[in-house]
Order: sequence, then structure tokens, then C-alpha cells
Amino acid sequence: MHLAALNSAMPSSRAIRVAKLQRVQDFLFHRVTQFFAMLVLFALLGIIASLLINAWPALHEFGFGFFIDPEWDIGKDKFGGLIAIYGTVVTSLIALLIAVPLSFGIAVFLTEICPGYLRRPLGTAVELLAAVPSIIYGMFGLFVFAPIFADYIEPALAATLGKIPLIGLLFSGPANGIGMLCAGLILAMMILPFIASVMRDVFEIVPPVIKESAYGIGCTTWEVVSKIVFPYTKAGVIGGIMLGLGRALGETMAVTFVIGNALRLSPSLFAPGSSIASTLANQFGEAAPGLHFSSLFALGLALFVITFIVLALAKWMLARMEEKQGLKS
Amino acid sequence: MNQVNHINQAVFAVRKRTNAIGLFLSMAAMTLGMLFLLWILSILFIKGFSAINWAMFTASTPAPGSEGGGLANAIVGSMMLIGCCTLISTPIGVLAGLYLAEYGDRSKVAGITRFVTDIMLSAPSIVIGLFVYALVVAQVRHFSGWAGTIALALIAIPVVVRTTENMLQLVPGSLREAAYALGTPKWKVAFWITLRAAKSGVITGILLALARISGETAPLLFTALNNQFFSTNMNAPMANLPVVIFQFAMSPYDNWVSLAWGGSLLITFAVLGLNILARVVFREKVQG
Amino acid sequence: MRTVFNANQNQEAQILTDTLIDNLTETNSFILTNALEIKNLNFFYGSYQGLKNINLNIQEQKVTAFIGPSGCGKSTLLRSINRMYDLYPGQRAEGEILFYGENILAPKQDLNLLRSRIGMVFQKPTPFPMSIYENIAFGVRLYEKLSKAEMDERVEWALKKAALWGEAKDKLKQSGLSLSGGQQQRLCIARGVAVKPAVLLLDEPTSALDPISTGKIEELINELKNEYTIAIVTHNMQQAARVSDFTAYMYLGELVEFGKTDEIFIKPKRKETEDYITGRFG
Repeated sequence: MHLAALNSAMPSSRAIRVAKLQRVQDFLFHRVTQFFAMLVLFALLGIIASLLINAWPALHEFGFGFFIDPEWDIGKDKFGGLIAIYGTVVTSLIALLIAVPLSFGIAVFLTEICPGYLRRPLGTAVELLAAVPSIIYGMFGLFVFAPIFADYIEPALAATLGKIPLIGLLFSGPANGIGMLCAGLILAMMILPFIASVMRDVFEIVPPVIKESAYGIGCTTWEVVSKIVFPYTKAGVIGGIMLGLGRALGETMAVTFVIGNALRLSPSLFAPGSSIASTLANQFGEAAPGLHFSSLFALGLALFVITFIVLALAKWMLARMEEKQGLKS
Repeated sequence: MNQVNHINQAVFAVRKRTNAIGLFLSMAAMTLGMLFLLWILSILFIKGFSAINWAMFTASTPAPGSEGGGLANAIVGSMMLIGCCTLISTPIGVLAGLYLAEYGDRSKVAGITRFVTDIMLSAPSIVIGLFVYALVVAQVRHFSGWAGTIALALIAIPVVVRTTENMLQLVPGSLREAAYALGTPKWKVAFWITLRAAKSGVITGILLALARISGETAPLLFTALNNQFFSTNMNAPMANLPVVIFQFAMSPYDNWVSLAWGGSLLITFAVLGLNILARVVFREKVQG
Repeated sequence: MRTVFNANQNQEAQILTDTLIDNLTETNSFILTNALEIKNLNFFYGSYQGLKNINLNIQEQKVTAFIGPSGCGKSTLLRSINRMYDLYPGQRAEGEILFYGENILAPKQDLNLLRSRIGMVFQKPTPFPMSIYENIAFGVRLYEKLSKAEMDERVEWALKKAALWGEAKDKLKQSGLSLSGGQQQRLCIARGVAVKPAVLLLDEPTSALDPISTGKIEELINELKNEYTIAIVTHNMQQAARVSDFTAYMYLGELVEFGKTDEIFIKPKRKETEDYITGRFG
């Protein structure tokens, strides 16, 4: 009896060989998977490096004033990024101004008002819409929305808001449809389903118990949302908004089709402009090596840095919400 | 008594009104949002369908000014680009996801990689195009399908990494422990037990990545560029649907614009189809 | 099956058997060896100490049960024996555990090899995402090279040992997840037995099961102990009394008392043990 037990306690020589091989295999597994994981890291570093290297000639030539210089003249080989940056920022802000309240409303609808049987299909519909490629929005904007915009909406805006002093400047000038406002609106339509999904996901994290206790003392639905759900998920909501902003800033196709691609600054939102992405999309193909090429890279660098900061902040906010949730639950 | 009721009624009325307004606005937002998006999709279907005919799938893109034509070269080109991209990004993404899930709790590198992956998920794709241009195209001095593939892979890999890691983490620790308790080496636990248990979730992630890159235009603009003719040479500029749409849409030719709509519809079908497929795959596993 | 409550009836027979064994022990003392010798074992979850200076021996081919209230450290002890804690950074053990003379807490110990000789069955049934046949073949294939016929034989043998062959023999290709809870746990036991380890660690193997499955598994344990050394953690005292030869009572990370099961349950030496067993505490 004892010898049999002892025998099964000792590993066979085959087992010992197998175990040695396994140690090597495990080591390889660790290193190989680690290498691939670090590829993503290398890619990011590579992106930053190549942007810096290729933008350097322009930055060296123009200094950091490049980013506030409104002159972009290919003929004179003089470039300044302000037009593009202005266009990127303004269109994104318009998009946020419109998309955020609407997304909030949609998220509230999906989580509080929507009848149960509709919740999944409508929620899925919103998610699927977030997946529609931006070029579709561009096509829609150029061929359908812009003409309508020019014929009806812009004149209406000019007649009403355009008459107010100061603000009216935003709505002055020829109404051709294509322009900053149009681009901002198309962009809003594009990021709307995305922000709505994120907000809805964030709202759903609120433990039902908390909401039920609020309903239990007689709160109305709106009060539950504004005084319970929203404060609880505030960080997450802001994180979601910033994710949407990050997306809007980098958006190329939806904007390029309808922003007009003009190389001058104008206070009016009706006027055509350019965003960083649209400038790159339109000019990179024909840029000759030299300051033009390098300036485009400088624009790309600016876009990347802005987006990076926004996304990092968004991640931080979302992480803070998860932390708080950990504390609360 | 009456006075108390009076006060309560006033406050309550205000609250009721606020509630009604708030809910009404929410519903209005939902309706508005849905209407806009239905509008977009219906325009897409109407204009797209009118462009679909047999020629679209058999003929190549027409030269400027010439009549008719199709999108055959662009369709084939897109499929090749997406196919190659999937072949590259799937193993890289899954292995990286495995690393994060299996070694992530004891490694600082893992934390940084996760952060970077999330950034790359939402990074502007046109900047990725710039990067690949500088890295590949500028070095070999010509555009190519391979450059386009690399650019798309840089967008797809973070998606696969993220979903793989999340799905692997969902596998209960007790299953892993049971495998280790038999003396299974770590790599076998990872492949034969954990990955296998998370199989459908990982496939979902791959499908979602596919859906994402099917619609991307910007990264291809300076890498694969475009090709007017039919070609399957990955070492040369490659025709693809998104860039063709971009070029054709802003042109003055009617047949080009029509083809642009047709191509848009095709892309949307592909993207939505893949998304729905991914959901079906995932739901089946969760229920089964 | 012996039970505490039938002790009186069996007492006479028991006295006879005990004398026999004692005589055998004296003359053939080398027959009863310790499969595991735990010396000065201390365990830490980060800064929290889960086990305090544990010293005990687990005899081969006997069933040793660990009882005690929740959180007393019995599972921690079991999981130290097959170094399961190694999977989690922040958990560490100090001291020695000698497995047939070899210190398995030594850093250069090959963990995979160790775990192939010391098997574990967990509280929750955990069938692998594969067919029933593959579930069992998976562990065997790790360290042994068997032909198809040999593997078929081994699978059948293991399933018979776990009393699952009759129910499973027609659906070997079906997924392990298609079995009921009790069947799944028996599959896990078959899986553990199939690799022929020297020691089987059972961590509350029946706490998630219905009484009938529990009964079947307890019968199994009685059979298995003829070939394997078994250590079982259970929060069910009656189960410990039914199946084990030796019992260890633990409380708050310390080993309070250890001895032959009958002694522990009928005439415990420590008052704390008596309080726990009679239900005055815990």
C-alpha cells in the first residue's frame, strides 16, 4: 500500500521532462503576449514621434505663433494654423451644444420613460446608429441637408437671431448652406447616438434601489433624474461628453463634405471654413515636400495633442465615477 | 387645515409641471433624434438603391466624363484591405488582450497599455493616416494596399484588445483555478480554457472591429490612396469604396455621384450587418 | 458509513478494529507514513495573517477533515498545500510543507508538477468548456502519453470511480455543461482522479449540492481513500464525522485540536472544540 502511494507521489521522468518544456513555453507565452501588448504602446509613441519629426521644419520656421497665425497661403509658402484650429474647435462646440442636451434627453427617455418592451430595440437602434460611418453623414449633409439649410433654415436664422446686435454677426453673410454652422449640425447628428449610448450606459449603473427609494418618497420622474441619477453619474456624464468631443474634433468626412474648405477666417457661422481634418484631407494629397507638407503635419500634431488631452480627461472622469461607485456600492 | 393644503397644492403643482416639461423635452429629444436619423437612413436607401444595378458589381470605376461604370474594383479592393487587416489585427489584438487579462494584475506596463489602447480607440483616424504615410509610404515612395492595411490595423487592434480583455476577465476565476489545479501550464490555461470559454465574446470583438474599419475613410486617403482600375496588387495603390465615394461625391459628374450613393449604401449594409451579426453571436452564447 | 449517532452500536466492533490496527502499527510502523507534514505554517493576505503557526501531519491513504466556522482558515490551509495562492500577488506562505519529504513551499518547486500530484476539487462545479470525454482527457494528456484505446480506458475508469459512468457513457461527446449540478461535481472529481495524484484536496465539495448527490459523493470518498490520501474541508460537521479518519478543528487561523475523528467528536480534549461540535458556538 505504501509503496503504491509513494509511486504516485513521485513524478515520472516523462512528467519531469514535460514540466521543463512547459516552463520554457510559459516564458515564451509571457514574452510574446507582452510584446504584442506593447506594440500598441509603440504605435502611440511612433505617432507622436513621426508627427513631431515631420512638423519640425514648420514649427522651426514659424515658431509657436504658427498656431495663432490666420494666414494659410500655399503660394507664398507661409502657413498658420489658426483657421483650421478655429474651424475644428467651433464646429465641435456647435456639435456639442446641440448633441449634449438631445443625448441627455434620449438617455433619460431610454432609462426612465421608455416602456419596457421598447427599451431593448430602441437602445439597440441608437447603438447601431452610432456605428454608421461618417462618410454617410457627409453625403447626407452635402446633398440633402445643405440645400435645405440654405433655402429655409439660414434665412430664418438671419431674420431672427441675425437681427440681434453682436450675436447677429454669427448669422450674417451669404447663406449658401455649406459652412461652419452646417458642418456643426451634421457633426451633432453624428455624435448624437454615440453620446446618447454612453450616457444611457452611465445612467444604467445607478443601483435601482437608490431610484426606488426616491420614487418611494414621492419624487417625480424628473426629480429622480435631476436630483438622484445625474449627481450620482455626473463624472460619467462629463466623461461621456468629452469622449464625444474627442470624436467630433477628429472627425474628417462628415465635416469635409460640408464645411466649404475656405482658407480664411470669418466671424459668421454661415461662412465656409476649414477644420484641421478637412484641411489635411483636401491638401495632403498634393502637398509638395517642404513647408506646406510640414505645416500640415504641424496641424496633425495640434489635433492629436488636443484630442489626447480631451480623451485623457474623459478617461479620468470615467475612472472617478467608477471609483465613486466602488465607494458607494 | 385649509392653509396647509393650499401651500402643498402650489408646490406640488410646480413640481408636476416641471416634471411634465422635463419628460416632454426628453421625449421630444428622442423623437427629434430618431427622426433625423431615420431621415438620413431613408435618403441613403432611396438614393443608394437607385444606383444599384448589375454594372455596379461588375464594372470598374469610370474615368472622368465617361458614362456608366461601376464599383467592382473598389469593392474588391475594400474586401482585400479589410481581409488583410483582419488577418493581421486578430492575432495581435487577441494576444495583447490575453496579456492584459492574464498578466495585467501584476504589471505596470499593463496599466499603461490599457490607457494607451483607450486613447487609440478614439484617436483621430486621419492622424493615423499621416503616421502610416510617414512610416511606410514616404519610405518606399509609393502608395500601397499594405500601407492602407497597416493604417486600418492600427484602428482595429485597440478594439480587439479591449473586447478580448473584457471578455477574458468575465471568465470566472474558479474555472482558471480548476485548470491550474490539474497542473496545467499558464499558456494552456489561457488558450484551452480561458480563451475557449470566452470564444464568442472575442469573436464579437473581432466583428465589431471589422465593422469599424469598413467605414473608415481618412486612414486610407494617404496610404492606399485609390486606383481607377481593377487591381489586386497590394503593393500598389488600392481602390476602395470610401475613398472612391469621397472623390466621386464632390465631383460634377452625375454618374459619379450616383455611384457614390451606391457605394455609401454598400458600406452601410456591411457595417450594420457586421454589428448585428456580432450581437447575435454574443447573445447566442450568453443564452446557450 | 459510520455516524456519530450510531457510535454506541458500533463501539464494540470499533474497539476490536482499533486494537488490531494498533498492533499492526507497532509492528509495521513504516506502513503508516505521512503524506504531508505541515510545519510552522503562517499565511498572509497582504498584511492580514490568515494562518498562525499550523503544525499537523496528514497520513497517507486516510481521510483528514478540516472543520471550523467561516473564516477560520481551513480553505486557506488547503489551498496552501497545492500552492493555489501563488496565482494571486499579495498572498504568501511561510514555513514548510513536506510532501513525502520534499518541501513544496520552496521557491524552486515546479508548481505545475506539484499540482499534477496533488489534485483539488472545488466547491463550485467547474466543468471545462469541452465535451465530457475531453474534460477528463485534458488533465491526463498534460503529463502522460496515451494511445486512443488507453485514453478511452482511462476516461471510463475515472468516470466509474466517480460513479458517473452509467449516466455519462452515452453522452461522452456532449459538453460537460450539459450535466446537472451533482453530475458536474462528480465530473470534476473524475477529472481529478483521472490523473492519479497521490493526494486529493476537496474544498467543500458537496456544499453546493443536493442531499442525494452529497450522499453519492460521500460514498465515493470512502472508496477513494483506499488509493488516495484525501484532505477535505467541510462546514458540515456530520459529514466530517461520516467520512473522515482524522479531524482538525480550526478557529481564527489557528489549529485548535487535531486527532482521530472519533476522539474529536466523542471526547474532544479542548473546550473550544467541544463548544463548536455541540453547537454552542459557531
